[in-house]
Amino acid sequence: MKSDFLRGISHGIPIALGYLSVSFGFGIKAVSVGISILWASLISATNLTSAGQTAGIDIIAVGGTLIEMILVQLTINIRYSLMAISLSQKLDKNFTLLHRLVASYGITDEIFGVCSAQKEKLTPLYMYGIILISAIGWVSGTALGATAGQLLPESVSNALGIVLYGMFMAIIIPPARRQKSVLIVVILSALTSILFKYLFTAVSSGFAVIISAVIASVVGAIVFPVGEENE
Amino acid sequence: MNIALYVIVMAVVTYLIRMIPFVFFRKKIKSKFFRSFLYYIPYAVLSAMTIPAIFYSTGNIITAIAGTVTAFVLSYFNLPLIVVALSATAMAFIAGLF
Repeated sequence: MKSDFLRGISHGIPIALGYLSVSFGFGIKAVSVGISILWASLISATNLTSAGQTAGIDIIAVGGTLIEMILVQLTINIRYSLMAISLSQKLDKNFTLLHRLVASYGITDEIFGVCSAQKEKLTPLYMYGIILISAIGWVSGTALGATAGQLLPESVSNALGIVLYGMFMAIIIPPARRQKSVLIVVILSALTSILFKYLFTAVSSGFAVIISAVIASVVGAIVFPVGEENE
Repeated sequence: MNIALYVIVMAVVTYLIRMIPFVFFRKKIKSKFFRSFLYYIPYAVLSAMTIPAIFYSTGNIITAIAGTVTAFVLSYFNLPLIVVALSATAMAFIAGLF
């Protein structure tokens, strides 16, 4: 059982490294709009999400209303509900109410991606491992960025920008190679995402991802329905 | 307004969005369509997040392409996540030196 936790930690290391570089940028931005190092770190520790937090500090900076804050967080983060439903289908029987209450804190795009790519059922310890190391990366990156934003050489921080995407490719490509249905869904989703980036530019990037993924998955579900055996 | 109020609201809304479906979805979903949809959604989400964003991720299209090609080749051969992620980063860094 202990090995589940360690496996979670090891799967979380690329996420933590990616988070470290992304949240570094968040820390710099938070300080630049007048938020203290402590508050910036607290925001990261309690929210664990990049787009929502970035939009959140913009609202704080201009003194927006709480209603606006709620609506913005809802629209940007509603994708986590979809991910939570998906993950709920592959939880181990050890996942009691208390474990669900705790682990739901850590449902992010990246943690979801890695967890849902696992062949086994998800145990609480596995999820805690992956969430713990990722959250450490996220919060410490924020604190470092807020404290010493400009110390990292630009060549290093630029190169670190790709780390998360490299990990995503490592998750997508092996199954896309094995299964034609996954390959087609992945290509369709990428093409739709490209359309949003260059054509329908009014759509925010968070929404573009959701719409692209939903279209591609609906097509996949209609054309290549999944039987019990290959889940 | 006090910053604490903003932060509490942000954190509570974001937590509830994750927690409610995670806690209350207990039954196995019966619909074949919805199960198939949920099977594809993670790959579709990661794909849409990666493309085209990966090409802008390093602030330089050349270093980004170097990293992307590295990630593609290594993941094609089933290397572990961390190896792929760090090799792509190293290659983007090296390409940036030229």
